[in-house]
Order: sequence, then structure tokens, then C-alpha cells
Amino acid sequence: MPTYHLDVYTPVIILLAIGAIAVFGALLVGKLIRPHNPGELKEMAYECGEAPIGSAWSHFNMRFYVTGLIFIIFDVESALMFPVAVVFKKMNEINRGGLVLVEILIFLAVLISGIAYCWRKGDLDWVRSFRAPQNDDVKGQGQG
Amino acid sequence: MNETIVSYFSQFEIYKTIVDTLTNSIGTSGPAIFNFLIFFLAVFVVVNIMAVIGGLGTFAERKISADMQGRIGPNRVGPYGILQFLADGIKMFLKEDIIPKAADRFIFIVAPVLALMGVFGTLAVIPFSNGFILTNLNVGIFYLIGIGSLVGLAVFLGGYASNSKWSMLGGMRGASQIISYEIPVVLSIMAVVILSGTLNFKDLVEAQGGMPQTWFIFHNPFTFIGFFIFFIGALAETNRAPFDLPEAESELVSGYHTEYTGMRFAFFALAEYVEVFVVCGVGAAAFLGGFNVPFHLGGDGIVGQVLQIGAFVSKTLFLYYLVIVIRWTYPRLRVDQLMSLCWKYLTPIALFNLIGVSVWLYMFDGKSMWSLLFEHGSKAVSGH
Repeated sequence: MPTYHLDVYTPVIILLAIGAIAVFGALLVGKLIRPHNPGELKEMAYECGEAPIGSAWSHFNMRFYVTGLIFIIFDVESALMFPVAVVFKKMNEINRGGLVLVEILIFLAVLISGIAYCWRKGDLDWVRSFRAPQNDDVKGQGQG
Repeated sequence: MNETIVSYFSQFEIYKTIVDTLTNSIGTSGPAIFNFLIFFLAVFVVVNIMAVIGGLGTFAERKISADMQGRIGPNRVGPYGILQFLADGIKMFLKEDIIPKAADRFIFIVAPVLALMGVFGTLAVIPFSNGFILTNLNVGIFYLIGIGSLVGLAVFLGGYASNSKWSMLGGMRGASQIISYEIPVVLSIMAVVILSGTLNFKDLVEAQGGMPQTWFIFHNPFTFIGFFIFFIGALAETNRAPFDLPEAESELVSGYHTEYTGMRFAFFALAEYVEVFVVCGVGAAAFLGGFNVPFHLGGDGIVGQVLQIGAFVSKTLFLYYLVIVIRWTYPRLRVDQLMSLCWKYLTPIALFNLIGVSVWLYMFDGKSMWSLLFEHGSKAVSGH
């Protein structure tokens, strides 16, 4: 172990600071030499030559929310799985691997049934995700 | 556990001498300042080299694509046009900085900063060699995944803040694509974490050996599939073709950075190319043995370190080359194809892999399939 060392997160802070300073610094230095002629047309949003109609800030399609929800479930899952994954090998070396394996399998079984449910409900389909669930008696009606 | 670049330098006599003199002259704050200087210099060198690699990445991309299409490509600036990226950089530097009137000014300014911070932040844990890791955090992989997500945020914010329809569409697509593909990537990295039992990049690389059959990609059939899932997911996370929907030139003009000009655009591009390098580096470290090669490269000395960095960078650049070739080979996917590829193919396969790797570790005590084959073979031979 080194006798002296700063907190191990120092490089992280330096890197983030360099990232921020690089952008603002380059823009600040560039200000001295680059042209600056703002105009009505230049500051308009680019829409291939047409004058833009209305704002682009519209409502999101619901599919993005569904994707976001499924993502959050899996992301939290991976956050919870990492500690188990790290200790699995060590537990296996002291013959406690079966316990961890069963835990992982139960956890994954819950998740897999979740994604299977989403799949069955059609939430993984990008195009048809908000049709009614496709039961046999519903099929054929409402198509006309 | 938490080693840094300073703890590598601290094994040399000259470091101890400098620290001792500083302690005698300034007091205990002397070494702290000295360590900070070492950190700063190391970070500065890494960031500059990465910026040059990012620039050369754009050059390589143009040259390789030109080669594949029977063109010459950039050949005017410098020998073989290799200084083209510098010329482009200077051009970007001299361009007028335009912020659209309708844009959300604050977010518009912050988005490229976030992209660059997210990418530079990931550089902290990349294992260039067994000594040269800026900081070998004990939560390295977790940290990398976490801070790498800032780029997705930047893509979305950049698209949203521009208040242009092209940018908005690109930003929406980018956000949903990047978060979706994070799942298969994280799950396939988790398989490697299970096998190595560590989140620390140096230990992860050292759990693999020099020979290809000791790399995690060839450890068992599940990690073999896992590597390809990781690679496909990484392509999508860095918005590279065939998954470059957020910036699809032929349909969205330029996607989320349509309204960005000059240096702001340049930083988005730089962030993208450096991110490709980082992702390839993670792939090389986690699956392809990182800085290990089949023969001994020398230990902790400067020469050994440089050779190890060379080995790691060669593996990374090989993946980088693959990324470029894939971009110029495959057509772009549609949005619905993109989503069904992620959620209906990659994620279930990655979950299956995770189960497979867990069972493999439990049943065979984490031995690779080659050592199992070897044991089985020698048993069979001795039994008869």
C-alpha cells in the first residue's frame, strides 16, 4: 500500500473538470477569432429550407414510457444483481455456492416471467403495442 | 484494493525521494500536492491521447470507407491525409457559434458538456496496463456503466433543447435506444463478473491469461455468445451504424445535433469517437484478455508497461476496426426492428446466458471448457 495517497476518486474529478473546461475554454478562446453575425434566418430551426411551423416540443409517444418502465425494472435488477454476482465465486469456494445459485435463479425467474408477461401483452412490439390483448374472441372484431 | 496511478509510481525510488524532500521542505501537504500533480499530468496525457485517437478515428473511418467504396478518401492534408482531423478541428474552431432562438438555451449549452464529461469520466477506470490505470476503483465496472449513461442523457437533452423537429426525433430515438441496449450490455458484462468474482478492472483482466483459451470469450459457450451480445449492444449504445438511428443522415438530416455548429458539434463528435474507443476497450478487457498476451511482456518497469499498453491498445483498435467495417457494410435498421432486436432477442439471450454462466460456475467450479476437456481427456486416457 502506498504511504501517501489522495482519495482514489481524484482522477474522476479531474477528468470531469477537464471535460467541462475543454468545452467552455474552446468556446471562449474561439470567441476571439470566429465571426459573429447573428441573423433572423440563421437562428431559425433547420427544417430543410421551410419556415418551421410550431414548436418541436410535442407530446411523447406512449411507447417511450413503456420502454422506459421496462428499462428501469431491468436496471434496478442489474444494480441488485451485481453484489450477488461478485460474491458468487467466493461463496462457491467455501461450498456455499448452491445458496447463491438458487438466489440468482429465483431472482432471474421473477424477471423472466416479467418480460414474458410484457411480451405476451404486446408491450415489446413497437408497432402494435397499444392494441387490446389479442384474445381469440376479440380477434376479427373491430378490424373493419 | 483501490490502486491508482500514484500507487504505481510510488514503487520507484525517485518518487520516495521527491516525497521525502517535499515533506521536509513544505510539510505534510507537500506530498499531497505532488500526488495531485501526478494525477493531473496522467489524466492530461490520457485525455490528450484519447482526443488524438478520436480524431484519428474519424480519419480512419473516412479512409476505410473510401477504400471499401473504391475511392481515395482524404489525401491532401499531411502525408496520406492523416492531418485531416486537425484541419477539420481548426475549421470547426473558426465556425460561427449559432444557438437557435427557439432553443432552450441553458440545456443547449450543457448537453455537449455532459456528453464529454460522461465519456471522459469512463476513461478513469480503463485498464491500459497492470500499472497504468488512472484509478483502479473496486467498483470499476459499476462506475463505468453508471457514468457512461451520461452520454445517453446528453443525446436526449441535445435533441430536446434544440427545439427542431429533426433533433427532437433524433433525441427521442436516441434516448430509447441507448437505455434499451444498456440492458443486454450490462447483463453480458455481469456474466463475466460472475466468473471473475470482482468489479475491479485490473483483477478482471488478471483473472484471464495470455493464451486465447484462457480469455473469457472462450471460457464457456455462454460467454462466447455473451461477447457478441455485448458487442452488438455496444454498437447501439454508441449510436454506430447499423444502429445510428439517432443521427440517421438520410432521414433526420443529422439527428440530435442538427442545430449544433462549430465547436459544440465538434465536441459531440469527439465524445462519440472516444466512446467507441472506450467501449471497445471494455470489450477487450472483459472478454479478450486485456493487456495479457501469450508471452511475458516484462513486469512493472517502464518498458513492460509500454508493451502492455501496446497489447491492450492493439486489441482495442482491432475491435475499433471491426466497428468501422460494420458501419460501412450493413444497412440501417428500422426503429421497430431495433426495439424488437433488443427486447425480443438480445435481452432474453443475455438472461439465458446469465443463468448458464451461474450454473456453469456452480457445477464446474469456474473452470473453463478447455481445462474440463483436458481433464476429461487425460482421465479417459489413464483409465484405459
